[in-house]
This record gives sequence, C-alpha cells and structure tokens, in this order.
Amino acid sequence: MKYEPVIGLEVHVELATESKIFCGCPVVDSVEAEPNIAVCPVCSAMPGTLPVVNERAVEYAMRVGMALGCKIEPVSIFARKNYFYPDLPKGYQISQFEEPLATNGEMLIETEDGEKVIRVLRAHLEEDAGKLTHVEGASLVDLNRAGVPLLEIVSQPDMHSAAEARAYAENLREILRYLGVNSGDMEKGVIRFEANTSVRPVGTEKLGIRTEVKNLNSFRSMEDAINCEIARQSKVLDEGGEVDQVTMGWDEEKGQTYVMRGKEDAHDYRYFPEPDLPPLKVDDAWRKRVRADLPELPRAKFERFLADFKLSEYDAKVLVSDRAIAEYFEETVNNGAKPKAVANWMTGELFALMNQTEVSIDEIKVTPKALAELISLVSEGKINKNTAKEVLGEIFKSGKNPQAIVEKKGLAQVSDTALISGFVSSVINAHPDEVTSYRSGKTGVANWLFGQVMREARGRANPQILREELMKQLDG
Amino acid sequence: MPLKLEEVDHIAKLARLDLSAEEKARYRVQLSDILDHIAKLNELDTTGISPTANAFQGTSATRADKVHKSLSTADLLKNAPDADKNQFKVPAVFGEKK
Ligand SMILES: [Zn+2]
Repeated sequence: MKYEPVIGLEVHVELATESKIFCGCPVVDSVEAEPNIAVCPVCSAMPGTLPVVNERAVEYAMRVGMALGCKIEPVSIFARKNYFYPDLPKGYQISQFEEPLATNGEMLIETEDGEKVIRVLRAHLEEDAGKLTHVEGASLVDLNRAGVPLLEIVSQPDMHSAAEARAYAENLREILRYLGVNSGDMEKGVIRFEANTSVRPVGTEKLGIRTEVKNLNSFRSMEDAINCEIARQSKVLDEGGEVDQVTMGWDEEKGQTYVMRGKEDAHDYRYFPEPDLPPLKVDDAWRKRVRADLPELPRAKFERFLADFKLSEYDAKVLVSDRAIAEYFEETVNNGAKPKAVANWMTGELFALMNQTEVSIDEIKVTPKALAELISLVSEGKINKNTAKEVLGEIFKSGKNPQAIVEKKGLAQVSDTALISGFVSSVINAHPDEVTSYRSGKTGVANWLFGQVMREARGRANPQILREELMKQLDG
Repeated sequence: MPLKLEEVDHIAKLARLDLSAEEKARYRVQLSDILDHIAKLNELDTTGISPTANAFQGTSATRADKVHKSLSTADLLKNAPDADKNQFKVPAVFGEKK
C-alpha cells in the first residue's frame, strides 16, 4: 500500500547567553572545555540554593518566538519535570509545561510542490542537562552544560517527508543565527532534534501510531532516521502488523533506529509548577523593546534583495543564507559597486578564497570598501577581470588597498591600441601555421591566438581592444 | 482510600527504590495516609478562585546575564562519593536517556 508520512519535530536550541539560565556560571564550549569548570552550588543542586531567571535567556526566547510569529504569553510558568538520571543533579529539570512562553507560530518552507506553512505549536524555556561519559563499569558526570538555557521548539505534525523536515530544520537554524541567539554550530550539539513520525494510507485522515526518535544531532541523521522510520513502519503495516508506540534511538553506524523504551516504560514525569520560581511575566513594554531589536529576517531580506538589487533568486538565496554575508554584500553595494557585480565577485572568487583558506566573512581582510573599489577598477577599464582576480587574491592576503596593489605591481590595464597592435603583430609573425589554418576556416584558432597575445601583454591588455586588433590583422 | 500495590511499585520504580514486600506493605499504608490527609483540601469550596501556580503573586525577578565565579572543580567534587578525571563517578548507566 502507499503510505503518507506525518512528521513533527521538536528542536532543542541552546541559547547563546553569557551565563546559565538560573545561575551565574558561564556558558562554556561543551566540547572543548575542561570538565566541571563552570559549575556552582545552584547548577550542581546543593541544598538551599535557589534559581533566578536570566533575563537575556528570556529575551532570546522571545526573539525566536516573535520571528516564528508566535504569541508571547504575558504569563508563563516554570514546571518541574521529574526523572532520575545522573546528568540531572536536582532529580528534575526546570522546564515549562502547561503554560509555555511562546505559542502558535508558523514557518514557511520551500518544498518540491512550492511553499508550505508549517505550524509551530509552542516554544518553551528549560535547562540543559550535564554530560555523561561511559567508562569501564562506571559513568563520569560533567556538569558544565547543566543549566545552560535551552529553548524547545515544537512543530505541529505538518511535514510529510524527511526532506520537508530538513527544510524546516535548516530554515530554523538560519533564523536562529540571524537572531544571534545560537551559533548554529551543529558539531557542538547546540541544536538537537527529536522526530515524531507516523504513516497512514494515502488519502486517509486518521493519524497512525507514531514513534519518537531522540538525540538526533545533525540534519543528515535526522533525515536518515525519519526515512528509516517511514520504511520500517510501512513494512510493519504491509505485513499486517501494528506499529508500536515507542521511543527510539538512532544508530549512526548501522543507519538504523532502535527501540530505547516501550510504551509500558513510558516516563511519568509528574510535572508540577516550580515552587522556587514565580510565574514569568512579560509586560507590553518588555515585549515592545525586544520586538524593536529584531533584525530583518532571511525571508524579508531575500524579498528585498530581489526587489531592490534585481538579483537572481539563486544569488539572493546564497547571499541571505548568512547574516554577516548579507551585510557584507549590502555594505559593498553601499560603497558604490553594482549589486550584480558584487554578487558575482562574492559568490565566485571571494567564496572560493574563503573556502580554500577556511576563513569566515567576519575574519577576511578584504573590506567591503576594497571590494567595491576593485569592482570599479574593472568597470572603469583600469584593470581587466583576470588581473582583478589576482589583485583580489593579494588583498585577501595582505589587506592592502586595490589601487595601491595595481600601481605597485604595474598591473594597470593596457588600453594603448598601438601597443596592443604590436603584441598582436609579433604573435602573428611567430605563428604562421596557426594563422594559415585560421584563414582556411578553422576560426576556433582565433581564441588560442588571443591567449597568446594576452600572454605577451602579461595579462594586462584590454581584452576588447585586443580582440579588435587581432581580428583586424587576421581578417585584414 | 488505600493505594493499590501496583501504584506503590510504580512510585518505587520512579524513585529508583528497591523495596522488599514488607516495606511495600508498610509504605502503602503510610502513603495512603498522607494522600488522605492532603485530600482534605478537596473539601474546600474553590468556586470562583482561579488556579495558582505559585504562592508569590508579585512580578518575576530576573537577573542580568552576568557571569559570576563558579566553584573550583576541587571544591565541587569535595562531597562526591567518588570522582575521576575531574568528574563525578557514578555506577554505570546505559542506553536509556530521559
Ligand atoms: Zn551554576
């Protein structure tokens, strides 16, 4: 039978605050930092300590909520989620349950069948747990991550393929990076997914029984795990069986989901309101202040780049995919360069240099002003395009001003017709066979001769004049 | 109203307690007494009173996002029954997570 998958995603996002959500310990790199260097009596659950909410964590959560078009609730309530596990010092996680901070938003994604709205059910604040390392016969507990602010964003089951889930997740990551609330650095585990998947016969309405796959740390494993579940569940149903409502893990090596616990072992978290924290109140003034600080989001920027700069959809998409890149682009344009030329130079040469050297846009020595100058040297005919590539490579290394490099290295374009004509003559004299074959109809040879003349001119000849002079002498 | 034995089992499991049959029987009575006592609250008429999540009704106090000094790793681990590689060392846990 043909089945339609129904997928919902829960995304756990670490909020990039300076300090933890309920205490003043720093948020440190959970991969690099030495264990247990950022832990205090509060986040290690010493008796008698009390949590106090980090204002910035709330504001970051509000930013995300607003960017997703959620309602920011004037009152939300922290709750205790009770379970025992060694990475959770208090024996409960402070989370939000019945009354989350943000509710009912949506996100636009692009699918094979065009644009689609994915509804967002809620986004709530909670604290992260510590990290366990399993050693021979024991487990080691590092609490650096315990108490790092997390935002859990829960979608409605509105996605119908792993590709749609991925598009949603990638869009979300882009938005988080724009908002400056998360580095998007998946390898560090700052964004984690849980995928709820069920299947139903195509054309039916009733939802099938769903499974939940936890701890997915990359787009790839999330996509693979969902595809694996779709195939597995479809097979179970085809064979006349029933899907079990289970919680699963993902075995990266085997490329398979596996059952972590069955329904009978389902956790009973016994949520109740956190007595140590009063309800979280967000008044109009606070909400307005946060909203006023929201940056332009990728979607709006994309539309504006199309309209204002007449970019192709492809260029606009590449340029808005990262806020720093988009800002670099605009600044270069503001320095007087033509948008299309800036887009070409950035997505071509500049990105190539950045990839080769693994340097990000924030770190490069080429300022937007220098790039704009370089582009105008080309458009004014002072240097040709190939020389400009060379100059860009030089600026990339030294950070020097393009004009200075051109002057110092004598790279200025030669537009002197007589001089170029001389180069053409000497090439033609040196290659009588090629000239004969051109004249006998092999017109392609002209390109080769063009290259030879350019070489003679050490790459600096104005290509238009060169072509004219070459054709004049060949055809003349 | 006495708790069912299965309910005692369930609570013990959630609390990671390994109880003997004698203990289960004893706690069943004790827990039931506690619940009965609390159930007296149900006798109050709460019509027209909206549910509250917290005894404090004031505005929420928040703190600025400022870093304070953490404990030294040595101090942190002082009370730990066992430690290794600057970490708490606990009996092995496998597989299941949250
Ligand atoms: Zn702390």
